[in-house]
Amino acid sequence: MTDWFQVVVFVALIWATAPVLGRHLHQVFDDQPQPLFDPWLIPVENGVLRFIGERGRPAEQAWDYLRPLLLSNLLFGLVALAFLLFQPPWLNPQGLPAVRWDTALHTAISFLTNTDQQHYTPEQSLSDLSQLGALQFLFFTSAATGLAVGFAFIRGLCGRPLGNFNTDLIRAITRVLIPLSFVFALVLLVNGAPMTLAGPITLKTLEGADQILVRGPVAGFEAIKQLGENGGGFFGANSAHPFENPNPFTNLLAMVAMFAIPAATIDAFGRFLGNRRQATLLLLLVTVLFLALAALAISSEQGGNPLLAAWLSGPNLEGKEVRFGAGLTALFATITTGSMTGAVNGAMDSLMPLGGLVPLFNLFLQVIFGGQGTGVAYLLVFLILTVFLTGLMVGRTPELFGRKVEKGEIVWSSLILLIHPLFVLVPAAITLSYAPTLSGISNPGSHGISQVVYEYASAAANNGSGFEGLGDGTLWWNLSTIVSLLGGRYLPIVALLLLAAAFARKPKVPPGPGTLATDTGLFTVVTGVVILILGALTFFPVLALGPIAEAFSLVNAR
Amino acid sequence: MSFLREGFKALRLTVVLWLLTLVLYTLPLLAVGQGLFPAMANGSLLRNAGGQVLGSTLIGQPFSSDRYFWSRPSAVDYSTGKTAPTSAPSNLGPTNPELVKRIEATASTYAKAGIEKPAADLLYASGSGLDPHISPEAARQQIPRLVAARSLPSAKLEQLILRHTQGRVLGFIGEPRVNLLALNHELDLRAP
Repeated sequence: MTDWFQVVVFVALIWATAPVLGRHLHQVFDDQPQPLFDPWLIPVENGVLRFIGERGRPAEQAWDYLRPLLLSNLLFGLVALAFLLFQPPWLNPQGLPAVRWDTALHTAISFLTNTDQQHYTPEQSLSDLSQLGALQFLFFTSAATGLAVGFAFIRGLCGRPLGNFNTDLIRAITRVLIPLSFVFALVLLVNGAPMTLAGPITLKTLEGADQILVRGPVAGFEAIKQLGENGGGFFGANSAHPFENPNPFTNLLAMVAMFAIPAATIDAFGRFLGNRRQATLLLLLVTVLFLALAALAISSEQGGNPLLAAWLSGPNLEGKEVRFGAGLTALFATITTGSMTGAVNGAMDSLMPLGGLVPLFNLFLQVIFGGQGTGVAYLLVFLILTVFLTGLMVGRTPELFGRKVEKGEIVWSSLILLIHPLFVLVPAAITLSYAPTLSGISNPGSHGISQVVYEYASAAANNGSGFEGLGDGTLWWNLSTIVSLLGGRYLPIVALLLLAAAFARKPKVPPGPGTLATDTGLFTVVTGVVILILGALTFFPVLALGPIAEAFSLVNAR
Repeated sequence: MSFLREGFKALRLTVVLWLLTLVLYTLPLLAVGQGLFPAMANGSLLRNAGGQVLGSTLIGQPFSSDRYFWSRPSAVDYSTGKTAPTSAPSNLGPTNPELVKRIEATASTYAKAGIEKPAADLLYASGSGLDPHISPEAARQQIPRLVAARSLPSAKLEQLILRHTQGRVLGFIGEPRVNLLALNHELDLRAP
């Protein structure tokens, strides 16, 4: 019972914060005065802009926005890669050596793309300098890049110039990510997340074993990890580790942090458009989809594992912490994959078959609140396709937000949706065609298929969680997921901005009697159906081979 | 030429953002942590009267002797032994025969100790491998063994369990739980 009540409270918190944070985001990215922040931050921001020689001219073409984005992202990644490849002795209390080249490359790209898949054991691989200077640095820049893309796309769809990338990136960091993370980090710190540069502590346990506890600047790392929808853990166990997520209260905040910014971005979109009803309906749509998936995940974990009925009863607790229980672990899993964060507070691999189907389904759709900035962009792409489909039904040229949706928009939108299955299914098929030595599957049967598909889905959706039993610290996995990581991040970004810039240049047409209103309940329901059909149908065969087949095998056991 | 200029711009941006995220964010947090909350900032360490570190109140320890309340199975042995330092779950899938075998083995250990149907959390391995808690039911089931080993009356043990039990936050967030290191440490203090 308390499980369901926690879901209600969580959704209420998201709906309560969305308009507040949405107003803030609108002010930040619409360059409006903010009396609370301006006196402090304008000198900092202007100093940074002057130092880099940025005059803040808005982009005329999509490439004016994309060029600095791609160039700076390349350099962010190289800086992180250098720290990992050399791992100097500074802030390196364990004296850890350089990270292997393929793991370093995979890690740098994985964090650069806001994914944070981790094919290494952090406690035994990374110095504090690498955690801060490579990973935490990318936490900020990748989240800010996502926000910049999201708002540039929103501007384009609202018929305005895309804006200036460097200004957007800097303001996302100074006005959104640093202030919010700072407050969250303080709360984590008070609740027990360490914040120190001291090395690991070796101690004798009460029974006399030698225990080694790694400490570090965890509180700050953890805060931006959750708020920026990054998800890469300071520790191997991620948010299940008591230092990252000490108690149920920090767990609630960690869950709110994952959805807060994407939900607020949807709200801010309504403010940009001058039609908040449209945004509220979209928020309602993704909330309903989220609730359905959360209900499936929670009830599936509560149902327990029938194979173990001879020894125990009750919910499935394998890979779960006592303080969170089955309910909060299933809820966390639904949120972290819906939002493209990828942090986990329990083992995804040990979820019941349908409990594991939910995260996989989330990774396929990418819009159940979605990635930082990119989530709302994908949602709007689905809106464009829905306008087109309904336009076909009534035989009129479709319009969206006062502009005609024509061939160009549909081609780009379809392309954006096709990139994802391409980078998930093709590499998964290649991997599964070879012997287990290549795939590293650790769980037999249908579950092994889920492990492989999940790894590529997580890479291409830039999520970062995994069915972590998979032996993924190999050359094959490091290099092949890099392709999905890069393809799943930068191809959609380029396509989204080209689409938005072209859309903004179209002449505005006044709404006529045949114009289809998009801010109605009926249209929102149709959008939901389109999301489910287009997003899920492509992936249904692999769902049937993986989690659904596994679930049926358990029906027999019962 | 313009490409080179943009490259330098991006390079300067990279340098300044790298410094910004450390100077404006990490350094103040380190200062607040070490200055105002040193106990939490350094890992919530539990020390004995002599100042020796016994553990962290947030991190579990392996307990399997008769004189202590037993802890949950851990895939990494609570970051002790040759694989330390680490933290990880078992990652066994729900239909993996290895999971069934492990549950059966742990259950038979408990059966030998006189607990026929142990609480589920005593058989399932945790998510971090460092879980500091067991459920209140799992603790109560172990009282008879501790009565024999520690010569404490069962009412007293009941009371100690209650003292180290944390309820749900605000009555509905999370699950009730017993901090094992704190409980077992108190056993050592009261009935050495």
